[in-house]
Amino acid sequence: MRVQLLSEAQGEGFVPPSSGDFELPPIFGENALTTKPIFLLFLSVILISAFFILASRKAAVVPSKLQFAGESVYGFVRNGLARDVIGHEFLRFVPYLFTLFTFILVNNVFGIVPLLQFPTMSRISFPYILALSVYLVFHYVGIRKQGAFKYFKEIMFMPGVPKAAYILITPLEILTFFVVRPLTLALRLFANMFAGHLLLLVFILGGEHLLQGVIGLKLISPFAFGIGIVLTFFEFMVQCLQAYIFTLLAALYIAGALADEH
Amino acid sequence: MQFVNVAAVEGKINPLIPHTAELIVGAIAFTLLFLTLRKFVTPMFEKAFTERTNAIQGGIERAEKAQLEAQRALAQYTEQLSKAQSEAQSLREEARVQGASIIEDLRAKAQEEAARITATAHASIEAERQAAITSLRSEVGALAVELASKIVGEALDDHARQSRVVDRFLEDFENSK
Repeated sequence: MRVQLLSEAQGEGFVPPSSGDFELPPIFGENALTTKPIFLLFLSVILISAFFILASRKAAVVPSKLQFAGESVYGFVRNGLARDVIGHEFLRFVPYLFTLFTFILVNNVFGIVPLLQFPTMSRISFPYILALSVYLVFHYVGIRKQGAFKYFKEIMFMPGVPKAAYILITPLEILTFFVVRPLTLALRLFANMFAGHLLLLVFILGGEHLLQGVIGLKLISPFAFGIGIVLTFFEFMVQCLQAYIFTLLAALYIAGALADEH
Repeated sequence: MQFVNVAAVEGKINPLIPHTAELIVGAIAFTLLFLTLRKFVTPMFEKAFTERTNAIQGGIERAEKAQLEAQRALAQYTEQLSKAQSEAQSLREEARVQGASIIEDLRAKAQEEAARITATAHASIEAERQAAITSLRSEVGALAVELASKIVGEALDDHARQSRVVDRFLEDFENSK
């Protein structure tokens, strides 16, 4: 929208997509709650809930195709992530990890769904909230499991390390557990989605712009669109991968907090 | 001109600064989804998984039980079969022995009967012979006497003398024979 405004103002000049393209105006009037990312967020909640409620409603021993599809995703998170990473106490974390995975996955994939075409997680607020939830969950689990004193003591003074090494390790461990982990979790997801969307914008808006140019430039524009399409497939892979990585790391942090020794 | 514009916009927008409204909405949306999935979806999938595991395990257990039962039945049948065979064998043996004894009995009975018939026949022959001898003796005697009396006349009327003479005659006749 901004690109259009600027283009009109400046005539022929190409405006490269920037972080401004992620600041979408409210759809209805001035209400900040009616922006596209927020609409997409609730759409994802409705889609995921509807799909999985329909898929799991019958809970048949011999599943229908729909139930099988739902179970495949659920089984992937339950067995591939929760059980293999967390171990015997995994079952009570499955709903949380399952929500994380599906929520991130669907919101990421919105980035390449025609008409929607905006990865919700490229808005930093959402990765922040998710990372905050992981942060709260894994510290809470650790404190509940080992007691606050022992938990923090083991983070700060890792057992089995020479005393002199604590000068170096203690600050690093505190930084890791309380700052780096949640921050990288949020930033990794955000940056991947942000950069991916930007990349698609560059090639697709660029192709569009070339199409409006002289005949020579018009001939080049299909290449830009072609690369845009290839990158769309690439983006799909990145979107799935990021959802997986986020959930995997959340499971790893929970597993670490549950383990007696770090 | 363009650079200035972008720089101005960039200066205003830092993509790392979250929006309060989005933070709140994001938290609400995520919580909503979490509660929905936890309440309606994960218990149902777990239920399906458990039931499936039970069904498979139950099936295996049932199959094992059935196999054991089949093996037991087979052993039972084999045992019954061999028992029946040996029983049949002993029955045959018994029947053979019994048959032999029956034949033996019958043969003995037949021989006995034959002997009895023979004896009866002998006896009746003997009796008839005796009867014949007796009747012959009296008839021959009477005839002889009649003949003799005819020859020698009335001299031999006396009965005692008659029979004495006849007996002596017959004895002589038998001895000469």
